[in-house]
Amino acid sequence: MDTTTTVEITTPSDLEVTLARLVDAPRALVWAAWTTPELVQQWMLGPEGWSMPVCEMDLRPGGAWHRVWKKANGKEMEMRGSFREIVAPERLVSTEKWGPEWPETVNTLTLEAKGEKTLVRETILYPSKEARDAAIKTGMADGASVSFDRLQKVLLAKRSGRS
Amino acid sequence: MQPSGYSSSDRLDQTFAALADPTRRAILARLAAGDASVGELCQPFEMSQPAISKHLKVLERAGLVSRGQDAQKRPRRIEAKPLAEASQWLDGYRRIWEANFRRLDAVLEEMKAKQKKRARAKN
Repeated sequence: MDTTTTVEITTPSDLEVTLARLVDAPRALVWAAWTTPELVQQWMLGPEGWSMPVCEMDLRPGGAWHRVWKKANGKEMEMRGSFREIVAPERLVSTEKWGPEWPETVNTLTLEAKGEKTLVRETILYPSKEARDAAIKTGMADGASVSFDRLQKVLLAKRSGRS
Repeated sequence: MQPSGYSSSDRLDQTFAALADPTRRAILARLAAGDASVGELCQPFEMSQPAISKHLKVLERAGLVSRGQDAQKRPRRIEAKPLAEASQWLDGYRRIWEANFRRLDAVLEEMKAKQKKRARAKN
């Protein structure tokens, strides 16, 4: 693809973060990629070097989902939640929790058909400002560690290039 | 708000609240191009001075805008640090989701190709 597609991130309120991205595929395919575990495992991987060994989705209202990521350093991170509202192929509302000490967020995915393309929007609603702040701190730490990993890679590449 | 003063997350709150308004984002974009007085800011936005001043107050409270030295013009100036703090957080999200979407693109291309093949097989 030669067009640069960037993820637009906005904060519609104190408690919400919305990300939006135009995707070059019809809505039905995007819905399938988002709701089929074997497909989710191929792309919802987060930072480079992570994988998703476990992805379970009981796609019905009240049904549970469970994902386990394996980080580049071998450590695992898991998330759980449940589905609240399922309107194929346009709207998926689910809850998400990183662990007992984490607050639960409500994530709303909407897929809007734009001809043969699809506008993907996901809004994450935090239960409180404290919860959002906790996520901010983690986000910063994660962001920093990702850049550190990259830096290390660059340094290693340079070193091997010299030898 | 806590009486003990601003922690970084209090300020982040104010930053996001200030940035939620499109006029205030436009004012920041204008100030990014150079300092401007309240009067100078009124023209492009076709707003009254009190209305602009109100928006500026919100931006000042969030630490996004400060007042320059010139006593007469009181030019407003954009402050980079709180913006950087807010965007650092959003950048973390962006990085992860840009990587996710790039992989999603590849998965969708494969799905599209399979669909075409199936359609051809039917004909």
